[in-house]
Amino acid sequence: MTDLTELTIAEALKSLKNKEFSATELTNAYIQKMENTREYNAYVLETPEVALEQARLSDEHYKNGTNRALEGIPLGIKDLFCTKGIRSTACSHILDGFVPQYESTVTQHLLNAGASFLGKLNMDEFAMGGSNETSYYGPVVNPWSSSEPLVAGGSSGGSAAAVAAHLCAGATGTDTGGSIRQPAAFCGITGIKPTYGRCSRWGIMAFASSLDQAGPMAKDVRDCAIMLRAMAGYDAKDSTSVDMKVPDFEQVLGQDIKGLKIGIPSEYRPDGLNKEISGLWDKSAQMLQSRGAEIVHINLPHTPYALPVYYIIAPAEASSNLARYDGIRYGLRVKGEKLDDLYINTRTEGFGTEVKRRIMIGTYVLSAGYFDAYYVKAQKVRRLIKQDFEKAFEKCDVILTPTSPVSAFKIGDESMQENPINMYLNDVFTVSVNLAGLPALSLPVGLDSKGLPLGMQLIGKAFDEETIFKTAYALEKDAAFKRK
Amino acid sequence: MTYTIKTEKNEWEIVCGLEIHCQIISKSKIFSGASTEFGDDANENVSFIDAGMPGMLPVLNKECVRQAVKTGLGLNAQINKHSVFSRKNYFYADQPNGYQITQYEYPIVGKGNVKIDLSDGTSKNIGITRIHIEQDAAKSIHDLNPKKTYVDFNRAGVGLMEIVTEPDFRSPEEAGAFLKKLRSIVRYLGTCDGNMDEGSMRCDASISVRLKGEQGLRERAEVKNVNSVKFAMQAIESEAKRQVEVYEQGGTIEQQTCRFDQATGQTKFMRKKEYADDYRYFPEPDLPPLDLTDEYIENIRAQMVELPDAKKERFMRDFNLTAYDADLLTESRETADFFEKAAKGHDGKKVANWILGDFFARLNADKLTLEQSPIKPEMIGQLVDLITNNTISGKIAKDVFALMFETGQSPIKIVEEKGLKQVTDSSQIEKIVDEVIASNADNLAAYKSGKTNLFGWFVGQVMKASKGSANPQMVNQLLKDKLDK
Repeated sequence: MTDLTELTIAEALKSLKNKEFSATELTNAYIQKMENTREYNAYVLETPEVALEQARLSDEHYKNGTNRALEGIPLGIKDLFCTKGIRSTACSHILDGFVPQYESTVTQHLLNAGASFLGKLNMDEFAMGGSNETSYYGPVVNPWSSSEPLVAGGSSGGSAAAVAAHLCAGATGTDTGGSIRQPAAFCGITGIKPTYGRCSRWGIMAFASSLDQAGPMAKDVRDCAIMLRAMAGYDAKDSTSVDMKVPDFEQVLGQDIKGLKIGIPSEYRPDGLNKEISGLWDKSAQMLQSRGAEIVHINLPHTPYALPVYYIIAPAEASSNLARYDGIRYGLRVKGEKLDDLYINTRTEGFGTEVKRRIMIGTYVLSAGYFDAYYVKAQKVRRLIKQDFEKAFEKCDVILTPTSPVSAFKIGDESMQENPINMYLNDVFTVSVNLAGLPALSLPVGLDSKGLPLGMQLIGKAFDEETIFKTAYALEKDAAFKRK
Repeated sequence: MTYTIKTEKNEWEIVCGLEIHCQIISKSKIFSGASTEFGDDANENVSFIDAGMPGMLPVLNKECVRQAVKTGLGLNAQINKHSVFSRKNYFYADQPNGYQITQYEYPIVGKGNVKIDLSDGTSKNIGITRIHIEQDAAKSIHDLNPKKTYVDFNRAGVGLMEIVTEPDFRSPEEAGAFLKKLRSIVRYLGTCDGNMDEGSMRCDASISVRLKGEQGLRERAEVKNVNSVKFAMQAIESEAKRQVEVYEQGGTIEQQTCRFDQATGQTKFMRKKEYADDYRYFPEPDLPPLDLTDEYIENIRAQMVELPDAKKERFMRDFNLTAYDADLLTESRETADFFEKAAKGHDGKKVANWILGDFFARLNADKLTLEQSPIKPEMIGQLVDLITNNTISGKIAKDVFALMFETGQSPIKIVEEKGLKQVTDSSQIEKIVDEVIASNADNLAAYKSGKTNLFGWFVGQVMKASKGSANPQMVNQLLKDKLDK
């Protein structure tokens, strides 16, 4: 019998409907695999009993013919999502033992669609990081590692590794500057950050409110389409969520891309760009071209400013969003003589280095005397970046770029440990999309000479995930990437 | 009236501005669905949002926006169609998110003005700088345990309007008159209950002094959280006097924050304000900017109630009231409504006299509110009519009024049942007059011989004989005719 965990969500759903196996059997297969594959450190909390109870209910739904869109599909949930009755910590020491009494809107949508939750997935602390090394629970190991342990990318490193290693059928991720796409690329899986406002942020611990967006991470494009449909939707509890109908993304898969204009931004090909990556980029463009798509060269002139702008706005919002972790009402409390001591002791011990660094950067750029020079200016440039895309989309329908300038690197890489800027530079192709609020998907298209996956990014117009899915599906077929 | 602080050497002028925090009347909090009920058990009305739980997001309560617009219109102010929420970042145990959601650069209400009436009969316009809406903090309770501080989050997230005035006040009286006027306006509008003692209206005063005629402003002290009109006036006066004293002794005033000590009536130094606190304001990314349409604003304008100033003018015009009486009657909407109901179809001026005189005196004596009054407004109108049409005398009316208060019955019914109707039949009165004169021959003789002050005694005898029911004017007239014959 085939390993059930290697089935895609679409395949599993089909088999479940045909009663080839039960949801409980499927869930047990994942639980077994999780128990045997803890070396990746993908999960920070396993909830097999929860998953099995949900699977039991799913089996009843199948029996009664009331099965829903994701009935019986075992998923992993990034620890940034608040899950009712299940410890949720954002992989931070400061949220030790925090068990929310509420369910995030996105995970509630997944539960309503019949999914089951295998556990909480590792991530960079409060989603701040690009290698999953800032997690209080230690780094995630990339399942593609061979001689030495490699990073899974971040911040949704646990999600990416778990999907790649078949420790869940699909996972939730969140993406503030590339946190879905980059780990997806590093681990050879597919992930999409939808348009800002597509998924509710309610119940997801905020990192940078104006950039954060939840999205699915899965084995392939179709699974992402199925999951996103379930996750998305207007939520009155999130004033930034957008009241728009959620399309059936799966329907567009396989549609002709003939005549579709694929934008190639010249700014995404800096002089030093890795040749293997630029080669795969060209190859991907050719594949789309051979299906009748038209390659259009476009310009996104403010691209060089995206990283500095991102590293002003995101920390600014984070410094405020993380102020609530003060030791007063929940999570870690380290006592002190006076109230201020309690704050200082709790936050000193509770937050890791990278989180502290960003809180300090954010506090600095919002301070009187610096606010205009940093935050206000960054917001102005952010508008220009958004306009870049608007102009580009007058010429093309979807933009193709590499997801990351590098493939997975080793855990504890000295240059990045010594200088965080080197780590931040890895976000160069992903952050603009968050600043502009646009949807973007990463899919694996090949391996580099080290045998590590490389991802391509497809960026779409706001609320046009359909064109992204359609294009990604075509590219996925032609690239024929072989999953782990 | 110019108010100054005179010393041996100089004459000083007060410069004062106020910031008033008004809790918005709304069923639920400004960014959550939790109840705003005052006086419930601690931490009873707290949603996950109010407690600053991870992943929670604010959703703006439209009712609070409506109330702020209403208040803005009531203060003759500019309504800003575009306003923006900002975060004011600071750590405190009663601030669950580590920031307060407020409005900073772009408040919902801009410049306005309020007319105040002063005791010398003059009026003055006080400029309103702005009104912004924001969330209230939780309440820290320090005095329940010597080692612990408790936090009650019921108040966390209740909607506030912060009303900021220009530094237009030149005397404690002006500030007091403004606070009363503002309280009256928000109560009329139903946007804030104005109960300073319960903290639903709280006042900060910025006070500085300068020599009379001096231009520019000197350093100011901010007195925080004063909780009555009287205390606000005392605080301004004592702080101004303190500053004058410091200047006169050659000292300087540094920008500072004080509190008002109710026991001593003095302001107490709290902290220096050498640097402006750095609250790191930035636009709240969880809430889109607030954009209002003209239609929305006009809709609210069309539903505005008549405010105290307009009502006062109308009362003066329609009922011929003095400014003073009209002021008293319009201070609260309840009193004004009571008066209007009472005066409808009757002599308004006389109705006003009864309400402001005997009626209020009795309510006060019995410690009753207007709502608890056993007398319905229509009854006062009826009472006034009974006097005007000579059914009862003014003296009897007092007795009738007392009975109305005790029984809640209408004056008409009381007069009828008790037979208090005034005798206006001259032949009937004449008969009593004749009897009194006939049975008091010696006093008649004395009167005739020049003891004319006995006239009053005769009146009293006649009134007594008629059991008070004889019309006093007629008694006077008839006695005069008979005695002086």
